[in-house]
Amino acid sequence: MDFNILVGGAAGQGVDTVAKVLELILKKQGVEVFSHKDYMSRVRGGHNFHQIRFADRPLYSHREDLDVLIALDATTVKVHSSQLSAQSVLIADESYRTEISAGKALWLPLKEKAVEAGTKLTEGTVAVGAVLRLFDFDFAKVWPVLQSLFKVEIFEVNRRALELGYTLTEPQFKLEFTESQPKIMVTGNQAIGLGALAAGVSFYSGYPMTPSTGIMSYLASKMEEAGIVVEQAEDEIAAINMAIGASYAGARAMTATSGGGFCLMVEGLGLAAMTETPLVIAEIQRPGPVTGFPTRTEQGDLAFVLTASQGEFPRMIIALRDPEDAFYQTFRAFNLADKFQIPVILLGDQYLGDYYQTIPPFDFSGLTIERALAGEEVWKQTEHYQRYKLTENGISPRLVPGRCGTQVVLADSDEHTEDGHITEAADVRVAMTNKRMQRLEQLREEVQEPWVVGQTDPEIVLLAWGSSAGPVREAIELLEEDYSIGALIFGDIYPLPTKLLKDLKPNVTMLINVEQNATGQLAALIRQEALIACTHSILRYDGRPMSGQYISDRVKEVISK
Amino acid sequence: MTTEEQSQKLFDSDDEIAWCPGCGNFAILTAIKTALFELNKRPEEILMVSGIGQAAKLPHYIRTNGFNGLHGRALPPAVAAKIVNPELTVIVHSGDGDTYGEGGNHFIHNIRRNVDIAHFVHDNQIYALTKGQASPTTALGQVTGIQTKGNLDQPLNPIMLALAAGASFVARGFTGHQEHLINLMKEAISHPGYALIDILQPCVSFNKVNTHRWYADRVYELPKEYDTGNLSQALEQALEWGEKIPIGIFYREEKPTFSDHLVWLADRPPLVDRVWEPRDAEKFMKELE
Repeated sequence: MDFNILVGGAAGQGVDTVAKVLELILKKQGVEVFSHKDYMSRVRGGHNFHQIRFADRPLYSHREDLDVLIALDATTVKVHSSQLSAQSVLIADESYRTEISAGKALWLPLKEKAVEAGTKLTEGTVAVGAVLRLFDFDFAKVWPVLQSLFKVEIFEVNRRALELGYTLTEPQFKLEFTESQPKIMVTGNQAIGLGALAAGVSFYSGYPMTPSTGIMSYLASKMEEAGIVVEQAEDEIAAINMAIGASYAGARAMTATSGGGFCLMVEGLGLAAMTETPLVIAEIQRPGPVTGFPTRTEQGDLAFVLTASQGEFPRMIIALRDPEDAFYQTFRAFNLADKFQIPVILLGDQYLGDYYQTIPPFDFSGLTIERALAGEEVWKQTEHYQRYKLTENGISPRLVPGRCGTQVVLADSDEHTEDGHITEAADVRVAMTNKRMQRLEQLREEVQEPWVVGQTDPEIVLLAWGSSAGPVREAIELLEEDYSIGALIFGDIYPLPTKLLKDLKPNVTMLINVEQNATGQLAALIRQEALIACTHSILRYDGRPMSGQYISDRVKEVISK
Repeated sequence: MTTEEQSQKLFDSDDEIAWCPGCGNFAILTAIKTALFELNKRPEEILMVSGIGQAAKLPHYIRTNGFNGLHGRALPPAVAAKIVNPELTVIVHSGDGDTYGEGGNHFIHNIRRNVDIAHFVHDNQIYALTKGQASPTTALGQVTGIQTKGNLDQPLNPIMLALAAGASFVARGFTGHQEHLINLMKEAISHPGYALIDILQPCVSFNKVNTHRWYADRVYELPKEYDTGNLSQALEQALEWGEKIPIGIFYREEKPTFSDHLVWLADRPPLVDRVWEPRDAEKFMKELE
């Protein structure tokens, strides 16, 4: 069982609500859900849609071919009917009636029934009812979902709308699933927020920017219960500088943005590095440069974050691969930032940030917060605390101002002495640069190798990073019967883990980087760090996410050339 | 020992001072040490935050906690540190270019935030670190190495701007009136909420117009009977600049600070002392089931 429903319409037509109702109903039925959102940067009008895929096995990606198309406007019929096949069903109001090339069109009195239910605004709910009947859903499980989603005032009218919709169709598809394990349904952005909460973030400063805002709204919704501060800064420059100040003062601090906001944060990134202040920054990519495609997806900022800011300093970059990975890696990022006193950048993107996926609940039992702060032994036994004391491993004992007896803590953005005072001495400059860069070598020991997917010792190897993980995994599933194929999917991306790359067998005939950018930024990094060149590239940069099917088709094209 | 000697000893830094001899910054440094001493503050209770500029070197020349950050960005880390640890006395020292130029946006919005910090702007009406270009407070027409035909931009009025943005404490000081400045500093540090002192100081190397003499001839202290609680009067007073320049507290008002609005933290320890285990966040996951 693997079904795919698309619901589309103009912004403001309730497409989100219909999707939310369907996602939750499906999840409560116990099926696995993968729901991906495609929306325009506007509040009213335009064309938005959700693709809600569900199956009796874990899903890692969206797919394009549809079983059901719910069209709340004529545009949706026009744009998406090509995704229908002979067995699919189109549900739309009878006023949009037109010829479609494939599938069964059900032109239903959705608008009329909505008015009958109480308000024309429930057209989407009528459509949900019609879809539930198509799949012969168990109604008993639907009511609680509806109750949890709609306020009391509008629950009744939506209930009527759902029932009226239910009478409009006949069962068409067969649901097959067994009782499943408990699941959560979460987006990448929520998972980042929850990972940060678990890690003990207590200060978040940010400036709203799509598609990163979901992290801030999630944390803001927990502000009171968690006892934290979430502050909307006047700009991204303030956002990162506030987070650095909070971290210097002893809080676990974080900021998030998208590429454009990160441009403004770049000097702050250097400040965190130079002052050796731990900081976690989530950069949720969208197509650039500048405003680009505000609501769409791309992996175009890897090269930028690798070298952002002037000068040289250690940084850690972790590409988030799916919501589960986003949770655990965000948690880990805080520990790494504290341990090495460095900025850690989490790279996400709109696709990962916004799609909903059902996954097993996160396991909190294995998580430990490691602040790596120096204790009394340091401030009681030293006469004069030095924030940048030169040590064997380059990491100075870190104290928090106002929490270390009569010692004071001086941090400085200038090149500085061990005391934190401004210096222009050549030998100090060399010692301090070495002290900072030493940690890059330690990070190389710390990095996690990429996920290995597919066959052992394959002839064709796909190289991917971040949110392409799910689609690549599905592509491998589609391809591995016919080809000797596997993939390495990078999460830790800088410093680049190179062991598995260097272990690739000589029998590899094709090394293909699969990326959502125009220039192959991972491939370039691999050439630089591992001296290995990809033989082929699969690049997508139209702002739309790659599905497993898309990658599979493109791999076949590459092979047949 | 005199108070001044005692204060200099308590807050003495071993760092070599890189200011020009005769710089107004020396008077500000002495004043802040004395003010802190007279307020019975200890070095470890204080956090000095600065951006970049001659003024911004001050955290190096006083023994307290210090955060010498980026040009124009002294306020964001300062307010955040105060939010995280309200027990710290947080003071920002930065120049006119740092505060009103590069950091103008943070200046306006941190007035709105009203975090309980003191902000001392060393205003010498010139860029000194970069050797003498016009700052946001340089007079119209003043010739510099870059403004070769005279400054084309009219100066902004920091007092007026702060008042208009809703600052809860707005004052002007002058390095030539040391006792007065010390008292202003003590009032500003004790004020609950954001407190600005725009401190007029001569730059002996790069501002040949606004010299010590120039200020000394014009500056007068606002009289005792001046009502510091009258905003419209304060706005009017803020317009006075030229032949006569008033110094003192233009306006002060007690209103809720940023921390006062954080009611959900009222019964909790400061964020710096927050006790938290990963499992404490598990309840948030239940909402995703």
